[in-house]
Amino acid sequence: MPMFYWFGRQTLQLIFGIGDYSLFTAKAFCALAKSRRLVRRIVSAVHEQGTVCLPVILIVGVFTGLVLGLQGYHVLSRFGSQGLLGTLVSLSLVREMGPVLAALMLIGQAGSALAAELGIQRNTEQIVALETMGVNSHGYLVVPRLLASLLVFPLQTAVFVVVGFWGGSLSGSLLLGVDSGVYWSAVQRAVEVQDMKECFIKAAAFGILSISICAYQGFHSDRNASAMGARAVSVSTTRAVVFSSILVLVADYIISSFFV
Amino acid sequence: MEKTSPKFALQVKGLNKAFNGKPVLTGVELGVPLGSIFTVLGPSGAGKSVFLKCLANIIQPDAGRILFDGSELTFGDRASQLEFRRRCSFLFQSNALFDSLTALENVALPLEQTADIANEEIQRRSLEALRQLEMEDYVGHYPAQLSGGMQKRLALARAIVTQPELVLFDEPTAGLDPLRRNAVFEMIAKYQRQFGFTALIVTHDVPEALVASDRVALLNQGRICFEGTPAEFSASNHSVVSDFRDSAAALQRSLAAIRISDR
Amino acid sequence: MKNTKLEFSVGIFVMLGIAAITYLTIQVGTGSMLSGDTYLIESRFANAGGLHTGSSVLLAGVTVGRVEEIRMEPSDYSAIVTLRVLSTLRLPTDSMASIKTTGLIGDKFISLSPGADDTYMSPGSRITMTESAVDLESLIGKMAFGSVDKEKAQQETK
Repeated sequence: MPMFYWFGRQTLQLIFGIGDYSLFTAKAFCALAKSRRLVRRIVSAVHEQGTVCLPVILIVGVFTGLVLGLQGYHVLSRFGSQGLLGTLVSLSLVREMGPVLAALMLIGQAGSALAAELGIQRNTEQIVALETMGVNSHGYLVVPRLLASLLVFPLQTAVFVVVGFWGGSLSGSLLLGVDSGVYWSAVQRAVEVQDMKECFIKAAAFGILSISICAYQGFHSDRNASAMGARAVSVSTTRAVVFSSILVLVADYIISSFFV
Repeated sequence: MEKTSPKFALQVKGLNKAFNGKPVLTGVELGVPLGSIFTVLGPSGAGKSVFLKCLANIIQPDAGRILFDGSELTFGDRASQLEFRRRCSFLFQSNALFDSLTALENVALPLEQTADIANEEIQRRSLEALRQLEMEDYVGHYPAQLSGGMQKRLALARAIVTQPELVLFDEPTAGLDPLRRNAVFEMIAKYQRQFGFTALIVTHDVPEALVASDRVALLNQGRICFEGTPAEFSASNHSVVSDFRDSAAALQRSLAAIRISDR
Repeated sequence: MKNTKLEFSVGIFVMLGIAAITYLTIQVGTGSMLSGDTYLIESRFANAGGLHTGSSVLLAGVTVGRVEEIRMEPSDYSAIVTLRVLSTLRLPTDSMASIKTTGLIGDKFISLSPGADDTYMSPGSRITMTESAVDLESLIGKMAFGSVDKEKAQQETK
């Protein structure tokens, strides 16, 4: 019997959580109209998510390309189709690896920072203080981040993919000896407009999804019944990263299924 | 229809608030005269902070009416809420300064985000507020680089920059030594006269409050059990008032009793 | 000063990102979009298996077009493939289209072999001389069953 109670409670909590999160995101979009001096806030949010995270994107992008080139070469060479290496690397990067890995890296660096920052601002009454000043706290803290994510995630993904192409050519043609002309022409032939669309739709969707989840967790870090104070910030940061990473992968599957 | 007499900046009628069925405020009645310094005294846990947060529209009361400048504040109506917040500032016990912004940016923030003024005008008014609180040398400092007293001054500068009619102070002297407590009350009194706002202070520092305020009230166990001038407070024989006011004497008596029983 | 530094770094990032997007679009552009005017011609195949919208159309190894549409012709159960080719390419009416594969298991593409006629195909006309995809699976199947049959035959003769 206790199992039923547990299951019921978990289900209700999940439904409540989803509803609360949706309400939060809806509020943020409604606050869009009320935001003032938004451009400056967006610029600093682009800095947080973009410039700060660029080195990680570059490094992870190069190594993803390198590994794809290496593994792909060894599999393809069994069938004597090394000529398809460019196809393999470019399609994996554009369709899946680029948007997903870039989003995961950005969650790890920018998303966790956002959740922790908002959590501490909630803890030290900074968010309530905004409200008492008559400032729309969603509009001031959340809206610029969400808008920036719509811009930054596709840009980061594009950088990731391009760097990944180079990584693939580095390991595939420089180290393993696939002709670089063959590699690049395969890349050109493989990627189509449809793939690019998929890539950028995914990137933008992952951006909104992960940044809104991270912002929600941080913004409402005081709603955790299980932890208070500094502990609540750490719990909500962990949740922000875990939930948004999982949901990015779930969303990836759903979006991919529309495109196949 | 009852009409508020115009001399009250803030009137509270039958305010009730309970948390999880446990009553914190029960039927609080209060009138804050316009342009005065009004202090609500009370022991810790008497519901002072909750009372103030109800007034600032941070916590929604269960029942009761709050009249600001003669018109009733309602929680649901966003327009009236924004109007109230434009005319009222709240000074948090923890200051609630934005730690990622400099002193100047902290002061400029309420203007930037709520008022339609040119950037130069915002800069001018923010610098002016900082200058009046003798903070002009710390314009580029972050809150964490400032001492406790300076943070309090910065928070006050942020509160007055919007030229409010009412400022709510939540325990402005909590955790400060007697000299600093004096300094904070002096600061409040000085700027209250200079800017002419109405100040509502919640504190448990009796002697300073009695000297600095125009009127005092005592909040105990969720209800107002005394309201009057500081002189009336000092002369009152009300048991809770005298217990609270003469706490040092009570301590002396109980210590004496302990010493006697030790012998 | 702090703000301008921030704006500078953000500017650098955004420009880098836009450069990456442009690079990708150009990559794709040279691959799947045809620069310049194009026209449509049709070709009829008995079997268009493995071909898909966007597959390359090559002439002498050079990409000259894309597969625009593949549909079934109900009257004779054949596949009608619409090709979008560059206007600069004038195809003689007796040109041939064949479906070929890059490598053993690679992508299918259409290879055009120009004919020798003096007249040229007009937009919307149909290539009649076609060569369908070599169905690798049925080929392998034939080989496999063929060998089984051979064994059977050998056993029977014994």
